[in-house]
Formats: sequence, C-alpha cells, structure tokens
Amino acid sequence: MMGIETEYGVSVPGQPHVNAMMTSTAVVTAHRGVSVGDRGASRWDFDQESPLRDARGYDMSRAEADPSQLTDEEFGLANLILTNGARLYVDHAHPEYSSPEVTNPLDAVCWDRAGQEVMALAGEAATQTGPFPIRLYKNNTDNKGASYGCHENYLMRRSTPFSDIIQHLTTFFVTRQIFTGAGRVGLGQDGRTHGFQLSQRADFFEVEVGLETTLKRPIINTRDEPHADPERYRRLHVIVGDANMSEVATYLKMGTTALVLSLIENGEIGDDLSLADPVREMHAVSHDWTLAHRLQLADGREMSAIEIQRRFADRARAFVGTGDSAAADSQTKDVLDRWDFVLDHLEADPQSLAHLLDWVAKLRLLNGYRRRDNLDWDAARLGLIDLQYSDINPSRGLALRLEAAGRLDRLCEPDRVARAMEHPPEDTRAYFRGECLRRYPQAVAAASWDSVIFDVPGYEALQRVPTLEPVRGTRAHLEALLDASATAADLLEALRGR
Amino acid sequence: MSVQDSSQSRPSARDTESVEVEASTAQQAHRDDIDADVDAILDEIDEVLEANAEDFVKSFVQKGGQ
Repeated sequence: MMGIETEYGVSVPGQPHVNAMMTSTAVVTAHRGVSVGDRGASRWDFDQESPLRDARGYDMSRAEADPSQLTDEEFGLANLILTNGARLYVDHAHPEYSSPEVTNPLDAVCWDRAGQEVMALAGEAATQTGPFPIRLYKNNTDNKGASYGCHENYLMRRSTPFSDIIQHLTTFFVTRQIFTGAGRVGLGQDGRTHGFQLSQRADFFEVEVGLETTLKRPIINTRDEPHADPERYRRLHVIVGDANMSEVATYLKMGTTALVLSLIENGEIGDDLSLADPVREMHAVSHDWTLAHRLQLADGREMSAIEIQRRFADRARAFVGTGDSAAADSQTKDVLDRWDFVLDHLEADPQSLAHLLDWVAKLRLLNGYRRRDNLDWDAARLGLIDLQYSDINPSRGLALRLEAAGRLDRLCEPDRVARAMEHPPEDTRAYFRGECLRRYPQAVAAASWDSVIFDVPGYEALQRVPTLEPVRGTRAHLEALLDASATAADLLEALRGR
Repeated sequence: MSVQDSSQSRPSARDTESVEVEASTAQQAHRDDIDADVDAILDEIDEVLEANAEDFVKSFVQKGGQ
C-alpha cells in the first residue's frame, strides 16, 4: 500500500513578499466541493462580496508582513479531508495534497493526478475571487536555497529490520534519479553554479539517515508514524523524490520502489550494493546528465547508475518470476517491462525518452532554446523554462502543454482522473473515509487517516469509528452496509451490530 | 553532398570513404530532423512562455518546506 504527499510551490507573479501562509490558505479554502475540516480563519472571506473591503480589516500591507510577525492562529491553517479520501491542507508555507491510500502504482498515479487537478482548480478559484493571481508549481525548489517535498509513503511489515531498509534502499534512491529526476537548471542549493542536473532535490540532501525533513535532509527518513497498528506496520516515509509531472515517471518511481521494498522484505535483495559515500554520490549522479558517472561502492567496485539499477530490476524480475507473494499480476509485469525499457534507452539514447521522463523532456526544451537562441546556462529564459515546466495550470504549464500536444505520455484516462477527484480508491480504508463524507456530509465532524468522527442526533457524544487497519474499510467490506444505511445513525447502528 | 563513384583500382578505400560520408550525411539529416521537430515544439512553447524571464524567475521565492 502506498500514497504520495506533494507540497506545491505557490506564488503571486511579480510579488515575492506576499505571505505564503496566506496564499496557501486561500488556495485550500477555495476548494469547492464537500469536505470536512478546518477551512481556516483566512482573512479572505470568499463569502463576502468585496474581499478588499473585508469588515475584519483586511489590510494590503499585512500581505507583506514578515511571517515571523504572523502566527498560525492568525490564519487557522486550513486542513480538509475530501470525498476521495485525500487530505488538502496548508503545511507551513505551502498548500499540500496528500493522496488517499492506494494498493498499486497506477492508482497512485491517478489519485496524485487527481490531486494536481484539485489543486489547480482551487488555485484558479482563489485567483478569481481573491485580490491576487496565484500560481502553483509541482516542483521542489525556488533555485534560491529553499526546497519542499514530494513524499512517498509505503506500508511495510514492522518485522522488516530498519537496518536492511537503510542498507539497500539508499543505493536504490541514489541511482533511481536517472529516471525519477524532474530536471533542474542550476547546481547547488541556491543554484549558483550554472548548468543542468537530473534532480530538483538532490543538492538538499546532506546526511544518510535521520529524522529531519526541513534541514540536513536525510536520504532515509526515520519518521515513525504509521497511522496504523505500530506492532504490525511501518509506514516508510520517503522524502528524496522529485515531484513529477510525467505520469509515467510517477508510475515508475512508485512501482520500482515498491518492488525493491518487496525484495528487501522477502530477503531477496541479493548483492550488497552499499556505496562508499551515498550523499556524495547522490549529488554526483544528479550532476551528470550524461549518465557516465561511475559510483564508488563500499566494497571497492565501481558501477554506473544504470548498471546498479539493472541489478535491482533483474532481481525484481527474478523474484516476481518465481510467482511469490508479490503477485505476478499484469501491472507488476508492466512495471518490470517499463523499467527495463527505460534502462535500455537511457543507455543507448536517453533523448528517445523525452515522452516519458521529466528530466529528458525538460532538457530537450532547454537544449532546443540554447541552440536556437544561442543561450548560456545562466540565461534567465532557461530558469523560466525549468519553473514553468511544472506550472499546474493547463494553459501555461509546459509539461501540460507537451502532454496536450501528444509529446508527453499519459497513463490515466482523463475521466478516470475526474472520478478520482471525488471518489476514493475502493480497496483501502480511504473508501470508508471518503464514502462516509460523500454520503453523510452533515454528519461527519472530523476525519483523519485512522478514524472518522460522527456527530449524529441521538448521541450526546461524538462517535469515533477507528480505521486503524489500512486494508479494511474497503468497498468489498462496506458497500452493502453503506447502501443499506440511509443516515449516519443507521450506519453506526449497523457497525455496532457487527 | 555528392558522393564519388568508386570505379578506381582501389575500390575498398573509396567505398569505405563513400560509406562514411553517406553515414555522416544520414546522421546529420537525422539530427536536422530532430532539430526541426524540437523547433516546432519550441514554437508551441514560445506562445505560453512568460514574457519577462528575468523578473519572473527573480520573483519566484519560496519558504522551505519538508
């Protein structure tokens, strides 16, 4: 089981000092549609007819106030659960979408894309009704020293030793950049060195293992908050990845990582490919988009990132081929085939992957402009292309324009994405969360990953229904019960009776 | 680019030369095709790219996140 949380870049064009907590809150608050949670005490009240003359004293100059002068309480940071089971909220200075729990990489792509659409619509609504035009970016840096994340979550067995995870996953993360990287103009945290690199995030990683997420970022994050029975489950919280616009890149990111975790869990990971200096290699792999860099392994061997990835891919294929618990279903085979395909083409002709991988698509644009307009890597236009690539507005965003022109592949049909914006996955507890909210919007007082709380006439106290088990609360378990419960009170009675 | 007929007494050297010239011509034509294709993409992108790159990029400032 897995999920993706994405922090979006948020800005008002030409106005870098506008308070990002405020713009983020405006975006989340502008979400249309049924939700539960706190819409925040935003100083933009969209129910009012004239936001600039807000009776509570909206003051343009406050928009420019130093954030240290404004507290969370001023804005009551918005935090919503949606009918698709996702969480849409403000994380400090970024609007964030956390997808519902899914069981497979294709669903991960669909609900991630749905979140991107939800975010884009909310951004447009905030722009239409508020005093500022707001733009949103599915990227990871402002190229001035700040970075924000696209985090992956994978449910694992608690019994898997964390040391095994660290030992094998580190090398996988360092090398998977060759297909997961979203591309970045500028090297170094503040982009001071001119050039291009594979990953938006790589330069911000400084240690191998740790708890931090906002500084001294670790390749392996040790956060331990399973939102489930901690004796049985671990939620592996992965912070190294780039946010991807390409659906195929997201699919490969999630699918290959899930396969490697499965290998680790089943003791089938094979050869120890530990690196001599993982942090240094993380940067080195990212900085060499010719993919020629040879990594130093701890045992003295040297291998390229492609060679290392082939080892993982071959082990995964061998493991799946044995028909083991990693069900050899068609999607697993598809991930394996695409993984091989991408590695083959990265070796022979990386530019041939411009329709699949973000960094290749982006580099093709950048090199095109460099050639046509005779630009050096420090040209502002190249930095603009890097940034605008990830604009999630379909009329502006370059990746979306490439997609519309048939030059960047999609995996999820648009109507499947449209459905995923409102409906939850059917095979995880997200189904129960989302469906309760959709069917009984007035009765759901609050919802979280591991519970739904009802406020129902006839009960004095709020009624908390725990959803501690991520694999329960699915359509198979509950649809009949939900269909038979006209009201939340009926549902609670029925659940009691079970 | 014209290619010499290889009718001389040492045909193998000329053949190799002419084959190499043909190959590099083909490679160049292929590169030109790709460039033309990319130029078409750039024309599409030109239509939506922000006008003032320097100002736009300078004013994109974010707070650190996770």
